[in-house]
Amino acid sequence: MAKQMPKTPLIDQLESGPWPSFVTGLKRLATSDKRYANMMKDLLGQLEHSYETRKGYWKGGTVGVFGYGAGVIPRFSEVADKYPESKEFHTIRIMPPAGMHYTTDLLRKLCDVWEKYGSGLIAFHGQSGDIMFQGSTSDNIQPAFDELNEMGFDLGGAGAGVRTSISCVGAARCEQSCFDEAKAMRMTINSMVDDMHRPSLPYKFKFKFAGCANDCANAIHRADMAVIGTWKDDMQVNQAEIKVKVSELGRKEFINQVIKLCPTQALDLNDDDTIAVDNKSCVRCMHCINVCTKALKPGKERGVAILVGGKRTLKVGDLMGTVVIPFLPMKTEEDFEKFVELGRNAVDFFAENALEHERTGEMIERIGLANFLEGLGLEIDPNMIAAPRSNSYVRMDGWDEEVKKWNARSKSAAE
Amino acid sequence: MAEPRRPIESGVPDPMPFMHPMMRKNYGHWAWHDRPRPGVLHHVAESGDEIWTVKAGTQRQMDVFTVRKLCDIADKFAEGHVRFTVRSNIEFMVSKKDMVDPLIKALNAEGFPVGGTGNSVSMISHTQGWLHCDIPATDASGVVKSLMDELYEEFINERMPNRVKITTSCCQINCGGQGDIAINIQHTKPPRINHDLVSLQCERPAVVARCPVAAIRPAMVNGKPSLEVDEKKCVCCGACFPPCPPMQINDPENSKIAIWVGGKHSSTRSRPAFHKLVAAGLPNNAPRWPEVADTVKKILRAYQKDARAWERMNEWIDRIGWPRFFELTGLPFTKYHLETWRGGRASLNASAQLHF
Repeated sequence: MAKQMPKTPLIDQLESGPWPSFVTGLKRLATSDKRYANMMKDLLGQLEHSYETRKGYWKGGTVGVFGYGAGVIPRFSEVADKYPESKEFHTIRIMPPAGMHYTTDLLRKLCDVWEKYGSGLIAFHGQSGDIMFQGSTSDNIQPAFDELNEMGFDLGGAGAGVRTSISCVGAARCEQSCFDEAKAMRMTINSMVDDMHRPSLPYKFKFKFAGCANDCANAIHRADMAVIGTWKDDMQVNQAEIKVKVSELGRKEFINQVIKLCPTQALDLNDDDTIAVDNKSCVRCMHCINVCTKALKPGKERGVAILVGGKRTLKVGDLMGTVVIPFLPMKTEEDFEKFVELGRNAVDFFAENALEHERTGEMIERIGLANFLEGLGLEIDPNMIAAPRSNSYVRMDGWDEEVKKWNARSKSAAE
Repeated sequence: MAEPRRPIESGVPDPMPFMHPMMRKNYGHWAWHDRPRPGVLHHVAESGDEIWTVKAGTQRQMDVFTVRKLCDIADKFAEGHVRFTVRSNIEFMVSKKDMVDPLIKALNAEGFPVGGTGNSVSMISHTQGWLHCDIPATDASGVVKSLMDELYEEFINERMPNRVKITTSCCQINCGGQGDIAINIQHTKPPRINHDLVSLQCERPAVVARCPVAAIRPAMVNGKPSLEVDEKKCVCCGACFPPCPPMQINDPENSKIAIWVGGKHSSTRSRPAFHKLVAAGLPNNAPRWPEVADTVKKILRAYQKDARAWERMNEWIDRIGWPRFFELTGLPFTKYHLETWRGGRASLNASAQLHF
């Protein structure tokens, strides 16, 4: 006998209104003639129960695929007696193509796999950056993965390992892109699949890649290692287009919206409606470039800044990533390989030095940035600080040696 | 038993085979862009090639029928290539300008809003919630749907001073991340412990170590090894709940919703910033969370009316000051707004600079 649709008066209220409704979508699956229809009826029932009681009813467990120690998120229902068909509702995390590009053909194939083995419910994408294939029984996890794997897709990260990464759209469509984000991301992550698929780090480690300081990948606060595009030479200025922009906005508004908002007062509007740029004061923040998209562009000597240690509250409080390398060129194969090696070293140092359940930012807070830099063989740079120390409680009998190092480096840089 | 299939650890797939051919051709060689209208981006390559991107909102948690409908639209009105943004918007790329309007029409006809570009309120970043998470105190999909219904006009228009990124989180782990406005669960009571289960389900030293304020200690309760919480120290963060489900933190009445403002990832103009608490104690009022929507709209309206061009939420508040923020939004200011965490004095006003 066909299973009845559950009564869902509360979540039904999420079907009205102009925004696309996930509840309508869940109902489409539940009322279809597909194999997962009964599972989705009970899923709707459990969700309604959550809305009634304002509590969640999923618990974790142990479900995986052969050869991997992570990447499947097991979900068992705590109210399976009432909603038996959705008692197992696991998620498979699958890494999307870098930059989240799809053909319709590919999307349809992914849907077909999830009709065959799952619930028909897919999230594009989870906060982790994965395609979330939600709602599989324990038995169907392995065949679903096998089919996705044969199509060229691999499991993402979970638990205490290297996690799925994100890169912005970048070079594929954005003139502000300062490096090949997708390439850097793939080279890095694909060299670390062992630490992703068999997690054995103290805690998670995330890389994120953004092409410029606009940080569309939300890297600076959400990545243990944030890779953010920047440039070293002068920004590119098309003065004719600046004049057009000035005439569009008017002088007063151009000054208000561009000149005055420069964080380091590096811009001036000339009497002839061109601009003067003090590139030595410019901090590559992107504001004027964002406003004058036709007139201004990053310079030509492009590369990346590396920031380390971003994370959310648990457990010492929020930390922003901070600079550990102000500029790394990212053009040649060697540049990319050098970066991957740096990423590898950072993960290895983390593996050896972090306490259990400690993130990289917390480890650095505990051991001090100087020790982290020394561990990775990185040279100290004033771009790493907002301000030098203000507290005198420090032992400084190594001062002369450190000065010698700085002088030697300054000399070799000048040569 | 058959030998299990060996996986191919192929890692992140190469995007090139799936990328719009014009993006592939001009990869790394784009010259400039503009926005002809809300929801549409126009990029011009150094080669002179042009591409138009139409951005549409989705429900993120998508049934295969919805995904296929988006594919049908992409095949019929675009060129068969799409991508997703980190905020679950879908982007359709087309190489001819005259394809833009029919594509927008087709998306709107199927109920997909076109927008989310420039100085709009983009899709709310979205976590899992009651639908799939094992520790949530609220639902993400429902909160986001309710809010986006209310903010629909702000998604399809670009009439904010700068972009507005809103985030949600169903627990204090805050998977939703930093936002100009963050809508986050804030528990207000310590965990309720099922002492019969602790020693069966929890690795007790790991749970003790997880507590950020050292409020948990091992204890024998009713003759069983368990854990106890010093409720005077407990900050009700829920960090003990994931490693120890018998320490139930979620509470239908006492898990409240707090609103935070001024989070920012970009280094554009001001440095990246963490969001700051402005409102708390809002009820977890499923299925539509009207009190949350009211507070969010109050903040948005004040920002929209008062901020100057290109000021993000945090930059606007930096200029006008917190007294004026609380005045303009009508939100109460309490002792709970004072930072008590380590380094908290750095957030106090150590100056004679005052707003009146």
